[in-house]
Amino acid sequence: MSPLASDSGVALIFDEGQEGRANRYVDAGASLDAFLPKALLRDDLPLPDNSELDVVRHFTRLSQRTFGIDLGFYPLGSCTMKYNPRINDAMANLPGFRDLHPYAPDELSQGALQVMYELERSLASLFGMAAFSLNPSAGAHAELAALLIAKKYFKDRGETHRDKVIVPDTAHGTNPASAAMCGFKVISIPSDARGRVSVDEIKKVLGPDTAVCMMTNPNTLGLFEDHVHEITAAVHAAGGLMYYDGANANALMGNARPGDMGFDLMHLNTHKTFTIPHGGGGAGHGPVGVAAHLIDYLPTPVVVAKQRSNGDASTAPSDRLTFTLDFDRPKSIGPMRSFWSNFAHAVRALAYIYANGAEGLKKVSALAVLNANYIRVNVRDVLTTPYDEICRHEFVASAQELKKETGVRALDIAKALLDRGFMAPTMYFPLIVPECLMIEPTETESKETLDVFIAALREIVATAKTDPQSILDAPKNTVVGRVDETRAARHPDLRWHPGKP
Amino acid sequence: MAQPQDLLYSKEHEWVKLDGDVATVGITDYAQDSLGDIVYVELPKVGAAIRQFGTIGVVESVKAVSDLFTPISGSVIEINAGLEADPALVNREPFAGGWLFKVKASDTSETAKLLNADAYAELTAG
Repeated sequence: MSPLASDSGVALIFDEGQEGRANRYVDAGASLDAFLPKALLRDDLPLPDNSELDVVRHFTRLSQRTFGIDLGFYPLGSCTMKYNPRINDAMANLPGFRDLHPYAPDELSQGALQVMYELERSLASLFGMAAFSLNPSAGAHAELAALLIAKKYFKDRGETHRDKVIVPDTAHGTNPASAAMCGFKVISIPSDARGRVSVDEIKKVLGPDTAVCMMTNPNTLGLFEDHVHEITAAVHAAGGLMYYDGANANALMGNARPGDMGFDLMHLNTHKTFTIPHGGGGAGHGPVGVAAHLIDYLPTPVVVAKQRSNGDASTAPSDRLTFTLDFDRPKSIGPMRSFWSNFAHAVRALAYIYANGAEGLKKVSALAVLNANYIRVNVRDVLTTPYDEICRHEFVASAQELKKETGVRALDIAKALLDRGFMAPTMYFPLIVPECLMIEPTETESKETLDVFIAALREIVATAKTDPQSILDAPKNTVVGRVDETRAARHPDLRWHPGKP
Repeated sequence: MAQPQDLLYSKEHEWVKLDGDVATVGITDYAQDSLGDIVYVELPKVGAAIRQFGTIGVVESVKAVSDLFTPISGSVIEINAGLEADPALVNREPFAGGWLFKVKASDTSETAKLLNADAYAELTAG
């Protein structure tokens, strides 16, 4: 038995099998011989030998022992873990979308192309950009696409000396990583006392070598960057481009647009803002958007619409437009990935947009902001809220004072929340707040859920003062108790090895 | 928090102990406490020339990956080989067995730019 099995009662599927147990519904040997050369057939793979019932029980048990938004509250800051309406999945599962082959010609894919076209137009209008490409697979992938666009743009202008990317110290770690991967040098900018990007600090580093300034708005402290116009103007005056990290776009849909703030490039995480299941890391969807002067550089393919000869403006788009995938864009940075990216996610995102409508999306953001502020004002007397003002969709609290007083850290509060049936908030990020908890409730939670969470957080802090050990020992009610994170990081044991316990 | 009086400190939370022109460098108790359990330390190579306040390595904890800076310029003459197998030494004994590397200092007058124990204590008091 593996160590995991003894700790948690969950055996690995390899350890549950017995040689010869597998049900042989298909005689695989004969059929594989017919398709594959003998040299490619292997018999040395230690595949588990399980009956169908073993497999069904194994994965059903795992599904019962995991935690997700369908089971409970998931206030993981900057990840926007909101409810995923089932209608979105139903739409993505329509046979015409689900069974469509990626090599099907444009004339047989009109419905799918129309979905991509209408999503692209909707996003452009919602965020004030000239155009989007739905090609990148997730947020960081789209950041990379945007920086490749900037690089090519400067190359075409003969400005290859622009090699600096400015990143605030509250930025998501992917910002400097994407910039470095693209060959830019990263300049980190400290925030001011209000938790905003400092205009003065930016002006200090602007110059003829400035390529891009990357900003998240609202930033990772949940605060709106109220000097954004001044910053975009200064960066533009220096000849640089402004990039909007859309991780926190749930805070401003329909209320403010990055395009109007002066951003030239942006990305969205439709899996966050537009409700696509993304627990466990995937699959994501990261449209990249540009202002008019950068359209030619978007990744290919781009869906374009042509007026039909018999088209009439009074009819539905599908009756007057023909959609094609345009690969012939000489200035494009090229495809970021194969085929149409995670197309089913485009269907889900469009379904969400159409279900809510423009007014509905505006209300989504307003409620997300209201919920975050409701929690903030109800915990600020027990935890420090270092930036104590009206926040947007998320806020940060610090356990620094509690740690000094009781030894209970942000990590321990997070573990204690697991014991009480909640997912933990994001911890220790952004790095400028010590013992940080970053809480994002999203708009989909009821006041009752928020009240139960607030009560749990208050009770944990109170218990930390009377019986800190009970918090340091948490969690006790979960399938797996307090794990040794240090040992996991130092001696990662990531896969099953035949014959090894 | 412990702050040995005979050491000098940088604002980036490194300490340095000068013995002639040989400087021993580590991170402070405050730094190890803020970082949490350290799982990996990436140090400069022996022989590497390093410049005061430059980035010369990385400290990885369960919470975050942080840059390591050198409080003094010179040539690296020894690294703490024990950290490879037991990086937690930095947590347990930041000012003793958890030292990081030794430098043959090229200009000992650079220490004028460092803080004494009282000034460092004041910096980390907040």
